[in-house]
Amino acid sequence: MISNKTPDGSAGTVTTPGGTARVVPRVAWLADRVRSMNIGVLREVALLPVLILLIVVGSVVSPVFLTVTNIAGIGQQISALGVVVVGESLILLIGGMDLSLESTFGLAPMIAAWLILPVSAFGSGTQLSPYLGLLVLLGVGAAVGFVNGVLIVKGRLNGFIVTLGMTIVLAGLQNGIVKAQTLFNLPKAFGYLGSAYFGQVPVSFVVTAIIFALVGLFLRYHRTGRALYAVGGNPAAARAAGIKVERIKIGAYVAGSILAALGGLMEAGRVSAVTGQQGYGEGIIFSVFAAAVIGGVSLRGGRGNMIGAASGVILLGVVQNILDLANVSSYWIEAIDGAVILFALFLARVVGGESTAEEK
Amino acid sequence: MATTAPPLVEMIGVDKRFGSTVALSDVDLSLSPGQCLGLVGRNGAGKSTIVSILSGVETPDAGTVRFAGAPTPRVGDVTRWREWIATVFQHSMVVPELSVAENVFLGATDRFVSWRDMRARTREVMRGWGYDIEAETLCRDLTVEQRQIVEIARALRRGAKCVLLDEPTAALEREAVRRLFTRVRQLTSSGVAVLYISHHLEEVFEICDDVCVLRDGKRVLTAPVAQLSKDDLIAAMVGAVPEGAAASAGPSAQSVSRDASEPVLVVENLTANSARGKLAGVSLQVRPGEVVGVTGLLSAGVATIGRAVAGAEGRESGQVRLRGELVPPGQRAAAQRAGIGYIPEDRRAEGFVAHLGVAENVTMAITDRLADRLGLLRPGRRAAAAAPVTAALSLVSSGPGQPVSELSGGNQQKVTVARTLAHEPGVIVAITPTRGVDVASKALLLESLAHVARRDGAGVLLCTDELSDLVICDRVVVLVRGEVFTEFTEPPFDRDQLIIATEGIAANGHAEEAAHDLEQDS
Repeated sequence: MISNKTPDGSAGTVTTPGGTARVVPRVAWLADRVRSMNIGVLREVALLPVLILLIVVGSVVSPVFLTVTNIAGIGQQISALGVVVVGESLILLIGGMDLSLESTFGLAPMIAAWLILPVSAFGSGTQLSPYLGLLVLLGVGAAVGFVNGVLIVKGRLNGFIVTLGMTIVLAGLQNGIVKAQTLFNLPKAFGYLGSAYFGQVPVSFVVTAIIFALVGLFLRYHRTGRALYAVGGNPAAARAAGIKVERIKIGAYVAGSILAALGGLMEAGRVSAVTGQQGYGEGIIFSVFAAAVIGGVSLRGGRGNMIGAASGVILLGVVQNILDLANVSSYWIEAIDGAVILFALFLARVVGGESTAEEK
Repeated sequence: MATTAPPLVEMIGVDKRFGSTVALSDVDLSLSPGQCLGLVGRNGAGKSTIVSILSGVETPDAGTVRFAGAPTPRVGDVTRWREWIATVFQHSMVVPELSVAENVFLGATDRFVSWRDMRARTREVMRGWGYDIEAETLCRDLTVEQRQIVEIARALRRGAKCVLLDEPTAALEREAVRRLFTRVRQLTSSGVAVLYISHHLEEVFEICDDVCVLRDGKRVLTAPVAQLSKDDLIAAMVGAVPEGAAASAGPSAQSVSRDASEPVLVVENLTANSARGKLAGVSLQVRPGEVVGVTGLLSAGVATIGRAVAGAEGRESGQVRLRGELVPPGQRAAAQRAGIGYIPEDRRAEGFVAHLGVAENVTMAITDRLADRLGLLRPGRRAAAAAPVTAALSLVSSGPGQPVSELSGGNQQKVTVARTLAHEPGVIVAITPTRGVDVASKALLLESLAHVARRDGAGVLLCTDELSDLVICDRVVVLVRGEVFTEFTEPPFDRDQLIIATEGIAANGHAEEAAHDLEQDS
């Protein structure tokens, strides 16, 4: 064997400290650990300075900003968006994109509410149990995601156009089935997730945080989660390694849409109504993509994590809140909102370093 | 070589570091007009860094680079740099969706493009080379060789005085290599200097005047090739004479019971229609512990049969059976579950996920084994599972978490091989597993495949056009135009006989006998 003839460079593997190690090697070891924990750690907290800056700005702008009520309000406001961002991140990770999440966000609660409510409240009159309604809601999400996934993966159609088309179809359905009416008087079980509080903490915020944590752990430690990274990073290599690439991809679309439907439920609960505008009409997809990308999820697939995505969501929520508190004229709010997002993206790129850069 | 004028290209005492890695230290190198200098060294020896510096991509940390005694243009000033040195990179730099003419004039068109002029000048260049590549053809429709010609044409269009060829023959067939050499000689005789980088030492002896050997970032030898033997060269590269670098990975022949045992892999009448070469009804068998080589010209279907068996590609008809069980066509995941490991041909495309860590890539095919009941994977378990395999292949990395994109080409290839070995498959399909790998690592990779066969009784199907890979084989099947032309059953295999067979010429005696034996077998 010639293996012992290779250059000394092969001794480059990280070694744990020997028993004789004292303080100095221990520090080096710690530094090594921190580095090997993932460059991600640095990238993940890349937005922290920006957030701190925003919090300072916020507390200067308004004395209300740092009150518990306001922070709980932000928490409730960003929950729905956050859940959709988790869904979109899963799809971005496999190298796809889904514009129709914003329509699923509106349509799924609309169909569910329509089936639950009586005709007098513009419902269908079937008066479905609210609990069955929740199942319907998730079912609508799953179905939309499945259709998207099959068209894109099996049919090998362009994901951008497929989901753009789907966006418009779904938004049309959302308005069509209730003739552009708004559905009020949602049953308590239906609105609970979006409107209830544990003490001063919104239920939706807790649920969203749990979703972020679970999906984050799933992505980091579950074999399917790791497969998402492999598929997005290099589908050919993933296939060669025996990963079922198509199944993973379709699965990501389904999961993403289910999460979008859940986000829609939170939003409906928060505003105690389902409007024809929810989702597509509000154009939430821009915020969804912005939060994901600011948080370091690559549009080219294979890169990103939940800590980044969560900080992207929080950042957008805080910006929105500050703009509200500052009483910025509603004529200008969009221009400022957009500008702040661009600025945040730039800062995240600067702080996050090379790993957040798009290809040259 | 006693020139009075300063050399055309000169590097003096060049240092380059990347982070904590010393890529080059105190390297001198010089090239005179009309000289062909070979640059050899193991993976990671610093060849690529020299290419980057001479191509004006990287700036040296210390030392100087001079062109004809004058300082170089600024790094990044591509236009002026290219007047001196043009590089044909290892990985194709043509834009596939553009035509030949556009690629030749890439980045060098006038403000308003005159298509007619551009095409005419392209035709002129091509004619000068004795080539009939249409200027209008899209580059994606070209063969690898033709793409390379386009790149060389681009390099010479501006009259570069020196051409860097970075492993130009890695993807070429023998005939094409011969044609390339004719062109290189044409270049040097017209006064162009050529820096020729290759892992194939015989090529260096054939085409180069002088050779420069790098080891661990240092220049260890520069001498005229006429004064060196191949062993001298290997010794300089490796640092000590390996006991016959290739010979140590001898055939696994010895096991006696093997002939009697049931074949682990049976391929029957396989036909496939692939861009990589058709298959017109190929049958073969691999027994446990046996290494079967499949070779032939690139277009003969050598890669296709490997891909079809591994399920990376579909097939038109025919069957693949693993231990008697049918393996469904064109489903890589199913083939893997059945127990067919796959070392793909193109490591960049299929071999690894660049930004994921070494351990994660190596264990990618065995996550089902490593995960607990909930499907959770511990990074520690992953690293532990990867360690023995990477150690056996002497894979050099800074740790299990290092992204594969940061490794050298040869180590990336080891990741690809390790991924398959970790899976402990019943049959390993390896397609050109040593491409772009230095001599010592090559022996190591081949040895590891032979070892898997000998120790674990796995069958190995080694599909390669690299004849020197075949030393580990017990049998070699030669494909010609998608059919089994002949079979060599008695190692060691005679290189000349193999070459003759791959060209589809029945050799006298040996090969015919072999073909006869085969008929009796089946």
